[in-house]
Amino acid sequence: MTEAYIYDACRTPRGKGRPDGSLHEVTSVALSARLLNAVKARNGLEGHAVEDVIWGNVTQVGEQGGCLARSAVLLSDLDESIPGLAINRFCASGMEAVNIAANQVKGGAGQAYIAGGVEMMGRVAMGSDGAAIAVDPSLAMKTYFVPQGISADIIATEYGFTREMVDALAVESQNRAAAAWAENRFAKSIVPVIDQNGLTILDRDEFMRPGTTVDSLGALKPSFKDMGEVMPGFDKVAMLKYPHLSAINHIHHAGNSSGIVDGAAAVLIGNKEFGIAHGLKPRARIRATAKIGTDPTIMLTGPVPVTEKILRDSGMSISDLDLFEVNEAFAAVVLRFQQAFDVDPSKVNVNGGAIAMGHPLGATGAIIIGTLLDELERRDLSCGLATLCIASGMGAATIIERV
Amino acid sequence: MTDFTYAVGADGVAVITWDVPNKSMNVMSLEGFALLDTMIDTALADDAVKGVVITSGKKDFAGGMDLNVIAQMREGGAQAIFDGVMQMHAVLRKIERAGMDPKTLKGGKPIAAALPGTALGIGLELPLSTHRIFAAPNEKAKIGLPEIMVGIFPGAGGTTRLARKMGAMMAAPFLLEGKLSNPKAAKAAGIIDEVADDPVAAAKEWVLNAKDADLVKPWDAKGYKMPGGAPYHPAGFMTFVGASAMVHGKTMGVYPAAKALLSAVYEGALVPFDQALKIEARWFTNVLLNPSSSAMIRSLFINKEALEKGANRPKVGDETVKKVGILGAGMMGAGIAYVSASVGIEVVLIDNSQEAADRGKSYSTAILDKGISRKKMTEEKKAEVLSRITPTTDYAALDGCDLIVEAVFEDPTVKAEVTQRAEAIIPTDAIFATNTSTLPISMLAKASARPDQFIGIHFFSPVDKMLLVEIIKGAQTGDRAVAKALDFVRQIRKTPIVVNDARFFYANRCIIPYINEGIRMLAEGVNPTLIENAAKLVGMPLGPLQLVDETSIDLGVKIAKATKAAMGDAYPDEAVDEVLFWMADQGRMGKKADAGFYTYAGGKRGGLWDGLAAQYPEAETQPDLHEVQHRLLMVQVLEAVRAFEDGVLTDIREGDVGAILGWGFAPWSGGPFSWLDIIGAPRAADICDALTEKHGARFTTPALLRDIAAKGDGFYARFGGGQAAKAA
Repeated sequence: MTEAYIYDACRTPRGKGRPDGSLHEVTSVALSARLLNAVKARNGLEGHAVEDVIWGNVTQVGEQGGCLARSAVLLSDLDESIPGLAINRFCASGMEAVNIAANQVKGGAGQAYIAGGVEMMGRVAMGSDGAAIAVDPSLAMKTYFVPQGISADIIATEYGFTREMVDALAVESQNRAAAAWAENRFAKSIVPVIDQNGLTILDRDEFMRPGTTVDSLGALKPSFKDMGEVMPGFDKVAMLKYPHLSAINHIHHAGNSSGIVDGAAAVLIGNKEFGIAHGLKPRARIRATAKIGTDPTIMLTGPVPVTEKILRDSGMSISDLDLFEVNEAFAAVVLRFQQAFDVDPSKVNVNGGAIAMGHPLGATGAIIIGTLLDELERRDLSCGLATLCIASGMGAATIIERV
Repeated sequence: MTDFTYAVGADGVAVITWDVPNKSMNVMSLEGFALLDTMIDTALADDAVKGVVITSGKKDFAGGMDLNVIAQMREGGAQAIFDGVMQMHAVLRKIERAGMDPKTLKGGKPIAAALPGTALGIGLELPLSTHRIFAAPNEKAKIGLPEIMVGIFPGAGGTTRLARKMGAMMAAPFLLEGKLSNPKAAKAAGIIDEVADDPVAAAKEWVLNAKDADLVKPWDAKGYKMPGGAPYHPAGFMTFVGASAMVHGKTMGVYPAAKALLSAVYEGALVPFDQALKIEARWFTNVLLNPSSSAMIRSLFINKEALEKGANRPKVGDETVKKVGILGAGMMGAGIAYVSASVGIEVVLIDNSQEAADRGKSYSTAILDKGISRKKMTEEKKAEVLSRITPTTDYAALDGCDLIVEAVFEDPTVKAEVTQRAEAIIPTDAIFATNTSTLPISMLAKASARPDQFIGIHFFSPVDKMLLVEIIKGAQTGDRAVAKALDFVRQIRKTPIVVNDARFFYANRCIIPYINEGIRMLAEGVNPTLIENAAKLVGMPLGPLQLVDETSIDLGVKIAKATKAAMGDAYPDEAVDEVLFWMADQGRMGKKADAGFYTYAGGKRGGLWDGLAAQYPEAETQPDLHEVQHRLLMVQVLEAVRAFEDGVLTDIREGDVGAILGWGFAPWSGGPFSWLDIIGAPRAADICDALTEKHGARFTTPALLRDIAAKGDGFYARFGGGQAAKAA
């Protein structure tokens, strides 16, 4: 069968997703187009060299609406003959873009794709696109809808994670991210954001809080306690669904949840012929991809069943994998993954994750694939898995193998 | 002496007075800005100061930024421009926040602006950053942001503040068209807050009574919403969808400043104010770095002003015109009479019959009446202007004239006769100018007893609207005649260029080949719509076929015949004449005949005449747009280069300014020489070589262009200081 290879993976630094964040002044389409231009320039591609641009993006309204992928292509230096597909699988959109692209290549539909995504969370507010599952009574009640933070706290309650454990994971994320930046481990992937005059707007992740300790996090109040216990009282909904739980242990807060940031990432996927034709060396092959739907109430446990599925489908075992990227949507999500597969925490999110650096929803899936590949190369290891939990109860995973 | 002075009155109001030494109009320099900054700091830090009034020590507030400063800033590159602009934003933002607590919005000191008169560019952007703007009821005062007219846009917060104050739709005429208003209109539009007889006193009173809430700009208050809707608000969406289309269509896509301005407004509307200022600064930087905007500033501001101030005036004493005699009261003479009288010059307007002379004067009456109906003129002023014009048939009335402008029709015999009649009367030191567009000055000068006092002045029609005057030196024309002509042009507030005497001088020498190239393409079978649109898409105001309709086919025929007679076998335009003569045979004399290359109905232009297709069928293969554009531009540009090589044109600055003001040559380019510098001489030479091979010798690369290309030089690098290509 045709193989799909990663030829390049890059990302913008992540800016604070707030009005005073460095990327706040940059439009979603401009950030996307500049990253597409970077992929084109870094690899010496002609404007028509890829079949399509598949672009993940969650909040597809306002400036992120109207098929942002197509807009980004048209603003970029790519040819107008490249169409552009905007996709949304919530937090895994960027990964799904890569997986779809890889499977298109494997199936023979085109030689190469640029896949990735963007989210300008400071400019287009999360949730501003609406969602029936949260507000339509027939669906919300059918699915026992609770917000994600409540789901994360349910995971902690169900699987026995304490406040100390989630805070310790958060501190580790900060420490690892700081060390990775100090050692320039992201150098291969980072594309500084420049303005229309070539002036640098942002060249490093700015969300990080180096020096965070378990003690300093201890001062933070749990974010979802009130909405769980008081108004509107989501904990009751959780208990309807999970009658064996006596109370929800609210332990997640801003310091052990993923950060709200702006950012974009892109991965260049192609078959062998594409590499030969353009003089590019494949860095890894996309060995397997998977997606799954799970319980929408606890919502964020998807990484476990989707990893089981991808291992089953690819005939691999967890011990075949050298490194893991499990998106740090909430600390409990990562703890649950480590617990379920009994993997060594020193192999998971080794350069920190979304708790330290932020989670630009539509881009993160592509970011962590790039981070995983960079680190496999740096350590000269072979195989890695990236996975994300997904809103409404889904999971996605990708296994890459260096070649 | 410094640009600003600072004085705290007994009432506790600090008055900052802008009064740039040795200038009639305040302009902002970087030093001025720094000084203003320290004064604001002082006022905010001094507990005894209750508030600030910023005003001017001159009759006007300010004319704008010193564009020479902008030209200097550009030399520092993108980072230096951006940092410099952000520094300006910081000062203006400091004024706007005035020391208030950014969270509670309390505790700031009121700062007001008091404008005695005109306030343009930064002269309005500074007041816009204050909390209240007072203006004197000065009808002559012009208030606005005209930056777009010189190829940039308001870059010191004016774009962001006006868009947020008025909404994108309402701000559009002031930002995108540079619309200027008098104080009353500016207040009605919401640009300024109050018109007061004593704006300083009113501003002080306001400052002393202002409450915390009076100092908070809408965009700094909680819950600010852009008037008319932000881009993704349903109403705002329609505005912004329309705005791009309108700007694109109106600018034909060739003016980077308008596009950048609109991007700054759109992107700025999506983010908080301080981020919006940063966005404005990035686009402003981008425009300053664009070669088109630098070329426009250079030609339309810096060099235009230099020429108006006498850059090429011989060093002789004052030659201000006091009494002008105008021979011939036709359209040109009548127009010259009007522009002269309206600036205070006594006019004697002579024609063969009293009736013709009176008709010439009534031209002024008509223009003045139109001014009254538009409330731009008063009955008293009209009477005053008209009283200066004496229409007569009597040459004796020319006694005491220090300048004669002869504007009889283009016949050397008639011109010679009136020259001699006038010279018999006028003082011996008077200067005699002939207004002609085609006849050689040196030849006409033969009729004069004083050829060193004889000169050509080529006015463009209509005289009261056209901005350029071409001054032509005959072989014997002396310095005093040139000075007189330049002083006259300065008095009537037009822009002069001075050229030497050769066929068609400068403007017509370039414009005729443009018209001819269009007609030639038509004869070749190029789709006439493509010809016309290609011209407009490259920034020409009129396509060549429309232009010849405007100037009339019979004039074209007349010029063609005269040129052919003069050139004999060397005449290169037979193919063009075939079309022109055929059009004349069909009776399609142009717009005035309601029939030309276009159809007309009662003077209103319709589409291209379908009879063209029958006579000149469209060729199966059509050239691409760029080829058509290169042909249309290069024929003009090469003629300009040759005029410079020949010494007809002695200063490329005049070549560029004259081209834009004289015949509307693609203003975005900064003029023919600037355009060559923008595309680069090597590429220009390549284009010429290709065109020569395909279309003939008229595109032959001039030696000067080839030399500049070979040496990696540029026209402005070599001749930008006004150096001539050919020694006089």
